Amino acid sequence: MAAVIQTKALEKHYQMGSETLRALKGIDVQINTGEFVAVMGPSGSGKSTFMNMLGCLDIPTCGQILLQGEDVTHLPAATLAQMRNKYIGFIFQQFNLLPRTSALDNVVLPMLYNNTPRQQALTQARECLELVGLGSRTTHQPSQLSGGQQQRVAIARALVNQPALLLADEPTGALDTETGLEIMQLFQQLHRQGKTLVLVTHEPDIAEFASRQLVFRDGKLVSDKRSTPACAQTALAHFRQQRLAEALE
Amino acid sequence: MNSITLLQVAWVALKVNLLRSILTMLGIIIGVAAVIIMLALGAGARYDVDQQIKSLGGNVFVVFSRGRFSGGARQSSGSSQGLTELDALAIEQQIPEVNVAAPTLRANGQLIFGNLNWSSDIHGVTNSIYQAQSWTLSEGRTFSDAELASAGRVAVIGETVKRELFGQSDPVGQTVRVNKLPVTIIGVLKGKGQNTQGNDQDDLIFMPLDTVRKRISGMTLSSPKAVRSIIVQVHDERDMASVEQQMDSLLRQRLRATDGQTPFSIRNLAEMIETRSQTLQIFNGLLAAVASVSLLVGGIGIMNIMLVSVTERTREIGLRMAVGAEPKVIMKQFLIEAVLLCGIGGIIGVTLAVITSLSMQYFTGFTAIIDPYVVLMSVGFSCLIGIFFGYYPATKAAKLQPIDALRYE
Repeated sequence: MAAVIQTKALEKHYQMGSETLRALKGIDVQINTGEFVAVMGPSGSGKSTFMNMLGCLDIPTCGQILLQGEDVTHLPAATLAQMRNKYIGFIFQQFNLLPRTSALDNVVLPMLYNNTPRQQALTQARECLELVGLGSRTTHQPSQLSGGQQQRVAIARALVNQPALLLADEPTGALDTETGLEIMQLFQQLHRQGKTLVLVTHEPDIAEFASRQLVFRDGKLVSDKRSTPACAQTALAHFRQQRLAEALE
Repeated sequence: MNSITLLQVAWVALKVNLLRSILTMLGIIIGVAAVIIMLALGAGARYDVDQQIKSLGGNVFVVFSRGRFSGGARQSSGSSQGLTELDALAIEQQIPEVNVAAPTLRANGQLIFGNLNWSSDIHGVTNSIYQAQSWTLSEGRTFSDAELASAGRVAVIGETVKRELFGQSDPVGQTVRVNKLPVTIIGVLKGKGQNTQGNDQDDLIFMPLDTVRKRISGMTLSSPKAVRSIIVQVHDERDMASVEQQMDSLLRQRLRATDGQTPFSIRNLAEMIETRSQTLQIFNGLLAAVASVSLLVGGIGIMNIMLVSVTERTREIGLRMAVGAEPKVIMKQFLIEAVLLCGIGGIIGVTLAVITSLSMQYFTGFTAIIDPYVVLMSVGFSCLIGIFFGYYPATKAAKLQPIDALRYE
């Protein structure tokens, strides 16, 4: 299997006054095409730092990162920006949509930075909104959309440049259980279509929907196991049934 | 990211914060408008002065005969040793650079026509006055040689006099009484309007020199040819200094003037007006300087708001960086926003200045001249202010680290 991204002896140190904090202590991970990886761990475990490294948002102190086989460890900021644009789609806990800007224009945003012709960009953006189930809400502004819908717009934005890797940082953290399950269902759907996903979460229930779980503790990778993922659709159906039963009682 | 897209992105960002953008622009709008209005009024005043000089002729001297005092009693101009018609002739003939030298006399007179009366300046002139002061006739004719030689009872009147005494009817051929003397009107001068001091230049009457001298003024003149002043027109403005010198020595010689006693004075009218207008120009320059300070303050306002904007949009900047914006693209975006603010502000300022100057001209009578070069300069300058004051906030935005920016609360 081809590696989408690979880290070798990855270290990240932060200088806190006179003390050096080792946020990551030699991480070796390879993530292959088509994998759905959940990164878990308590806060301060280094999982977020690890995510930033994968997303080329931060530069490691030592070690190496290979993205699509290319060494991105020491690239200048401008080249890193191009790499992110081309290979990585980001999904954030707080959605990070541009306010007072339509869903369509939000999705078009990444394509502004690689000079996609306007018409083609609009077509691609519509297709992606269609894919996440928001085909009829392209002109809505974030304030007119529910949290789940906003996250779907963010997912469409992440997909629009057909990146090699989707990085989701606590994507269900700001959503209620049902909406969270719907988003997980969407992720599993994307996974089935062959997308590579990395998901950071501290909820074990959410991590179960991934096909591989990485667990961080104190800057070290303490567990790396593959499992058959739970089905989000089933979980969602079960959740709704339960709620109905509760309501009937 | 191409420049059109950058412009669109900046435009959208400004539109999203419409009120703030307008308030920010206000500083630039006021600054640009103030500078342009001040410069327009300055140019207008300059134009007025030039027009006045042109109407007098920038190449004109007036030689006055000095009133002399004897025993405390001031004698009339043109008394003994004063200027005479012959001096005018001498100037015209002996100084080759001189085009024409027109001798004049002045008196006040009451004009009566029917039951109307009007008091006006009476100028005793020869026909050379038309050329020397750039007068033309709108009706009638100038004096004939016979009328000039025999103190003929004829007059050419200014437009104001015509209006006051005759209204719409034709004055040529009519007889008016000037200080009881019946005089036939033979022509009407074409109007010149007001000069910059607001004096009516058309309130006058021309009569032959001799007529004024003998029949109107009642002055006891020691010389039968005495005149009050000579208006001298020079061919070429560049010869003014040399002509002044030549006239001075010629007249000294002719009037037998000693060093301590000069019975005449030579005035270059254009120079006098110029000197007077210089004060105005300095004042105007000061106002324009104050106005440009307000432009500077406007620029600082832009910087202030751009800094606030960068802080407020930190997460947006982080997101843009995360999805692929290079630092220099972020920098360009904020710079373009600042330049757009200033550029649009500049254009609105120009429009405002044009409207204000035009209405000032219309309502107050100031002349305002808007130089297209000044307009281009001030819009260009306000764009420069945008670049200058937008640079620091833009650099600040570009230097943000994407992870820090994304986590910014």
